[in-house]
Amino acid sequence: MEWLVLVIVVVMLSSAVAVLLLKDFLAALAAFSVVSLGLSVLFVILRAPDVAMTEAAIGAGLSSLLFALALRRLGLWRNRGQ
Amino acid sequence: MLDTGLVLYSAAFGLILIGIAGIVLSAHLVRIIFGVALLEAGANLLLLLATWREGASAPIIVAGRVPEFMADPVPQALVLTAIVIGVGILALALSLALRVQRAYGTLDMHEVRQRMEQEIADQAGIDMPASSHAPAAVQAARQEGSA
Amino acid sequence: MRRLSSALFLLGLGLLIAAIFKGMEFGTVAPIAGQLINSAAAEQVGAANFVTSVVLGYRGFDTLLELTILFTAATAGGLVLGKRAPNAKRDPDAGFILQAGADLLFPLLVVVGVYIILHGHLTPGGGFQGGVILASAFFIPMLARPGTPMSHTAVSTIEGLAGACFIFIGLLAMFDGEAFLTPLMDKGELGALLSAGSLPLLYLAVGLKVGSELAGLLAHLSESEAVD
Repeated sequence: MEWLVLVIVVVMLSSAVAVLLLKDFLAALAAFSVVSLGLSVLFVILRAPDVAMTEAAIGAGLSSLLFALALRRLGLWRNRGQ
Repeated sequence: MLDTGLVLYSAAFGLILIGIAGIVLSAHLVRIIFGVALLEAGANLLLLLATWREGASAPIIVAGRVPEFMADPVPQALVLTAIVIGVGILALALSLALRVQRAYGTLDMHEVRQRMEQEIADQAGIDMPASSHAPAAVQAARQEGSA
Repeated sequence: MRRLSSALFLLGLGLLIAAIFKGMEFGTVAPIAGQLINSAAAEQVGAANFVTSVVLGYRGFDTLLELTILFTAATAGGLVLGKRAPNAKRDPDAGFILQAGADLLFPLLVVVGVYIILHGHLTPGGGFQGGVILASAFFIPMLARPGTPMSHTAVSTIEGLAGACFIFIGLLAMFDGEAFLTPLMDKGELGALLSAGSLPLLYLAVGLKVGSELAGLLAHLSESEAVD
């Protein structure tokens, strides 16, 4: 059980670092979705199913959709960001 | 061997640290917004960890099961509303980023700041205090303007 | 020089946050209010999901304020984005796969969203989660066919009516002589669909309000003109 938590936390933190360091914004968005997904699994392990469902629906769903729409409207959708 | 509580607290600590680092050290406005979202995720995790105890069960009564120790429902309710407020903040921040792009043509915060100060100085009718740390584009424009 | 100062800043920030963490007492503070609510919620409110009884019963006023914050953010976002220019170009219609997939997914998502909203007091779920799923359900046809936009007046009307219903149900308790937003009607039996008094109605209002708000916001964002 503790190894599962350790693996999820390591994946989450490395994706969080990748969000800030990746040059392509689409890849940063994918890494942000991974952070949200790991967080929602952590919430299930912490025995909070309501919060896990909210984080999965909003973080990995609506938040990423908002970012993708905004990136498209800003013209950062292709490999041009810095 | 490994303390689960320590791992979880270091996860919240790491997310908050990475979030604040993203806000302070980034140049691009969209990365700053990513940093705000990461900071909110870390803060929500920290709030939920406040009354966590190992071996608790979820605070829901399912027919035929009698839980001996249920987790605390009050932080869960607070984090629920906090996550939804976070998405509202994110939507407003992205709309403002769209307007900044429309008004200044760029999302690099250093250039945007320089242009804002230039506009304020122009409207006030005074010279903008020149700095040697301005981005290259603004310095070139300034040299063209004075030459 | 830049990297050195960034590294120093990160180090200092890490030490500061660690010092703050050291000062807090984690895991040793007894959750007094939580244990009281856990033992009393089943008889007082009658909902099997204690988080629902906290969100709508014990802390119902906070939920009302949170709906206000969400309303402010969505309205401000719509105002900031501005009105759409009448002859602005739209994205082309999506291909066959996305259109067929959207037509198939739309009824499924609406059913799942309404199910999660209505069972919020029995299983994990409720108005916020179901509302977000409803918002995505109403946004996916807009992604598939950008040529047929969502009507903003219908969305705003649903949002206003749902918010008014929430406040009205809360005011009904005041006419009975109790405090604002006290759960009304009889509790029913624990675990049945029609239990916990007015809690499912409150969550229905919350779900419709959140869903229509977020759908309207997504529609605004996707209708704004492309920058290049």
